[in-house]
Amino acid sequence: MIQFNLNGKDVSVDAEADMPLLWVLRDLLDMTGTKYGCGMALCGACTVHVDGQAQRSCTMPVSQVAKKQVKTIEGLGVDASHPVQQAWAQHDVPQCGYCQAGQIMSAVALLEKNPKPTDSDIDEFMQGNICRCGTYPRIKAAIKTAAGKMGEGS
Amino acid sequence: MSRCQNVSRREFLKFAGFAGSGLMLGALVPGWRPVMAQTAGLPGELNLFISIGSDDRVHIVCHRSEMGQGIRTGLPQVAADELMADWNKVRVVQGMANEAYGSQNTDGSRSVRHFYQTMREMGASARSMLEQAAAERWQVPVSEVQARDHQIWHDKSGCSLRFGQLAEAAAQLSPPDKEQLTFKSRKDFAYIGKGLKIVDMQAILTGQAKFGIDMTLPDMLYASIERAPVLGAGLVSLDDKQAREVKGVVDVIQMPAQTIPVGFTSLPGVAVLATNTWAAMQGRKRLAISWQDSAHGQHDSASYLKTLTDRVVTKGRVIRSVGDAYSAMMNAVDTHSATYTVPYLIHAPMEPPAALARFKDGEMEIWACTQTPQATQNTVAQQLGIDKSKVKVHVTLLGGGFGRKSKPDFSVEAAFLAKETGKPVKVTWSREDEIQHGFYHAISAQYYEAGMDDTGRVTSWVQRTAFPSISWTFNGTAEEPSDGELSLGFGDLPFALDNLSCETQKAEAHLRIGWLRSVSNIQHGFAIGSFVDELAHKLNREPRQMWLELLGSDRLVNPKPEGFEYTNYGDPLEQHPIDTARLKKVLNLVAEKAGVEESVGQHEGWGISVHRSFVSYVAVASRVRVKDGKLKVLEMHCAADAGTVVNPDRVKSQMEGSMIFGLSLALMGEITLREGKVQQSNYHDYPVLRMPQSPPIHVYLVESDAPPGGVGEPGVPPVAASLTNAIFRAGGKRIRELPVSKHMEV
Ligand code: FES
Ligand code: FES
Repeated sequence: MIQFNLNGKDVSVDAEADMPLLWVLRDLLDMTGTKYGCGMALCGACTVHVDGQAQRSCTMPVSQVAKKQVKTIEGLGVDASHPVQQAWAQHDVPQCGYCQAGQIMSAVALLEKNPKPTDSDIDEFMQGNICRCGTYPRIKAAIKTAAGKMGEGS
Repeated sequence: MSRCQNVSRREFLKFAGFAGSGLMLGALVPGWRPVMAQTAGLPGELNLFISIGSDDRVHIVCHRSEMGQGIRTGLPQVAADELMADWNKVRVVQGMANEAYGSQNTDGSRSVRHFYQTMREMGASARSMLEQAAAERWQVPVSEVQARDHQIWHDKSGCSLRFGQLAEAAAQLSPPDKEQLTFKSRKDFAYIGKGLKIVDMQAILTGQAKFGIDMTLPDMLYASIERAPVLGAGLVSLDDKQAREVKGVVDVIQMPAQTIPVGFTSLPGVAVLATNTWAAMQGRKRLAISWQDSAHGQHDSASYLKTLTDRVVTKGRVIRSVGDAYSAMMNAVDTHSATYTVPYLIHAPMEPPAALARFKDGEMEIWACTQTPQATQNTVAQQLGIDKSKVKVHVTLLGGGFGRKSKPDFSVEAAFLAKETGKPVKVTWSREDEIQHGFYHAISAQYYEAGMDDTGRVTSWVQRTAFPSISWTFNGTAEEPSDGELSLGFGDLPFALDNLSCETQKAEAHLRIGWLRSVSNIQHGFAIGSFVDELAHKLNREPRQMWLELLGSDRLVNPKPEGFEYTNYGDPLEQHPIDTARLKKVLNLVAEKAGVEESVGQHEGWGISVHRSFVSYVAVASRVRVKDGKLKVLEMHCAADAGTVVNPDRVKSQMEGSMIFGLSLALMGEITLREGKVQQSNYHDYPVLRMPQSPPIHVYLVESDAPPGGVGEPGVPPVAASLTNAIFRAGGKRIRELPVSKHMEV
């Protein structure tokens, strides 16, 4: 049994130690908000926070999150009230929406580290998240809007 | 649907996916939950698409698949407008596979183009029934009542009734004849033409949106399938002992043998079934399989492309001709020719194909991220020998489609395995599966030749194209593109030419050829857009000027009298003509907005191109910098005339997405084959555009009263040429062979 904290709740799972966190979340815990896109840390669809850091859950063995805090899109704001979610809605970012959980989790991690990112800060941090629908210009705009709002809040 | 049908409640529930166990799964989707609750009451079904509950909730069926284009918002938005419903009270219900809806095949940029009118009729008809019911209730002539703000009003007396209060009575009436329907005028539109937020926004932002890959059922098995590495290769031997030893693996099952033509059938392979996806994937790695040789085992994309480029320089089969292009070419003072190539491409939607199936009591039920629920139903019924009426198909959200998910092979796999095991089975394709076992955009070569007189006027034009045809996938014999494929930016050349010859050359298929966002417009748009720019350079004209000269006077082009069976995206030319004035308009608009004729910085250049496809018109201007062998795309501008626009924000977002999709394929898109096998496997060797490569994008929509045109695809074709033209103008080389990454760092 491997224990960790998921979105504020303690969970324990009976999984092989090398099973990636992605599949533990999706198949064993029925938390399907975190997506599979490549399985090789190439696309960012599976991004979650582990102890506050953005991580690709598809290549992270579940044993590595034992006793740690894991946050997924489901734990971010169930009413979509997080400033990043609000900025996403304001800019009508999503197309198909599939990559967006990963994009949002990356953006939140970026802004928590760097509340006033420049264009190139955003490019650099977000380059690991692919959006095949092509929502990049809106993601960028939304991150800037969210940065403004998160700045106000603090 | 030419006329509203009054369907029984049971039928409505069945269509909408409420019946029996569908309810359980559907209820997982938060956006759908209120619908489930309401339909437990007694909704008034006014027609196939619209139902109103006594609590005032309006349920509108979206029968087309949502893959990011916003159709679950756009079509209901049209119906709600005509109904004069309050958008906040509208709930969207996803339609299951059902022929009664008309075509559900969500490709070809057709959803609004072909169902705008239907949805208006459905809304107008439901409104008329509510008005009729109110008039009867009040005993007043129906001409004295009118709908407004989700109510029916009798202004004379000041009476009003909410839709919900009238729904049940209205549902008893027969729908009006189409001829009796009245429609709102454009100036009264409340929702059409407005950028309403997508109905799935909240679900997407909170991780609650359900895609095909997210579907679950109690006791289901997760399958991962090892497929034949070369098309047509069957299995020789299998040792699955080690696979079965992996913890969680439950079974190993051989998939059915390949049929020719391949059609939409499943590929031969070996499925590993387990209690979770990871275990299935691990088990699969431990399979020991040997495969037969196949006739396609010698296919090598590099030498094949060489064959195609050799073929297109010689005369082919003429599909459209004007005058005598060959003698005019002989008499020309000067000529210019070029050959362009585009490699095989694959879709790479972020969500790979995935489907869940359950076979119970002789009935097959499928949940899939499909662009085409009806073809899913038909193919499953055929391949598994189940009566079609016993195959139910639920459509989930799609994590991108781009044409891949209009091929139902992955649902056939899930259905086959569910039937074999007697358990619900979810098949999830890995990224490697998606890239290596897809339906590929055809590799191609295009040859263009123009002859000029001594004033620089183009007097003769010869163009040839060669690429393996999608038809081969379905008949196993085609060795030349079909008229349908040649109608995509080739045989419909809109230039004013006295002498023209459009020809095709032979190209055999060696893998499953399919359609990818804008289909053969990709290669034809790249070739024609590049060649016009080459002529401009040679003749010392501004590129825009060259386009305007070739397009000639404002007129409607009809390729049919010139021998070509032009298919015009399934629409009559009278309704959707090839209009050179509209081409010129978007070209001029983008050139002026972007300022393409103004001076640029060192190592910089503008490129433009324009293309009509899916009966819409799009022009693109790109500015790039080429320095030290490295390319940077600095900005892109896109002007689009898609006729009447339902949701301008979603149309803009489709154009933005098309710019990025087009850039992606032009810069880096390339699938290669050696010994019949696809060489690429994941995003590291089949790269797609990432944020740092994505330039600022400006979209301009032309206001138009013309009937709605396509939106999802027409942005893509002009992108590649605008880019390579810009590279040339920036002092880089003339790129005739995509992708650009073969020639410089991108
Ligand atoms: S699925 Fe983890 S990065 Fe792509
Ligand atoms: S919104 Fe579709 S992949 Fe990003």
